[in-house]
Amino acid sequence: MQLQIKYFGLLAEITNCEGETIEFSKTSVSDLLEELYIKYPLLKQKDFKVAQNYDIVSNSSEITNPEIALLPPFSGG
Amino acid sequence: MTKDRKPKNVFKEGAISSEFIAQSIAKHQSKTSIGAHNIFLGQVRADEIDGKTVSAIEYTAYQDMANAKFHDIREATFSKFNLTCMHIYHSLGTVKSGEICLFVFVSSPHRKEVFKALEYIVEEIKAKVPVYGKEIFKDSTHQWKKNT
Repeated sequence: MQLQIKYFGLLAEITNCEGETIEFSKTSVSDLLEELYIKYPLLKQKDFKVAQNYDIVSNSSEITNPEIALLPPFSGG
Repeated sequence: MTKDRKPKNVFKEGAISSEFIAQSIAKHQSKTSIGAHNIFLGQVRADEIDGKTVSAIEYTAYQDMANAKFHDIREATFSKFNLTCMHIYHSLGTVKSGEICLFVFVSSPHRKEVFKALEYIVEEIKAKVPVYGKEIFKDSTHQWKKNT
């Protein structure tokens, strides 16, 4: 399926974009991360969490939503 | 008493002005069941890091998720504490050092509830809402802020 990946904060500097659409044929968050690490090796060194349906999900979660966000540590307030 | 509340847009472009805060307070004069207000104002610090001084913070957010989280925090707060009303505003874009970037305003018939509720809300915002602050130094370099 087509996934819309969103990058925030420091991660958007590494990917040089705030979001992109990719074709994804596997199932889990960790599968997706493996693909993104190939495209953006620097991501692997960064601290971030993955959100789906506006909630943080674990790497073993299945991807069910076409919008996935990569979120570095929050710094609001 | 928990009413069904719809997600609101918490974000405001730029700094939150003292006039806006004053007007928010004034609007509550008609709500005469209120006996206690409590207000938190987050202000941008001119931190010095490795000899460079922060002149502003540029805020970005995953806005849809952030508004959903603000809504969850609002609902949880109303269910935990006896509040009459609650308002949360967070800046997006550039906020200079010394300016206000977060405004949380809670009101209740009695003081004890607002003291507890305000701390709960601010800590929840820091922990759960995907907002990002880019600290801009006077020499135009930057670093990404981390909440401690």
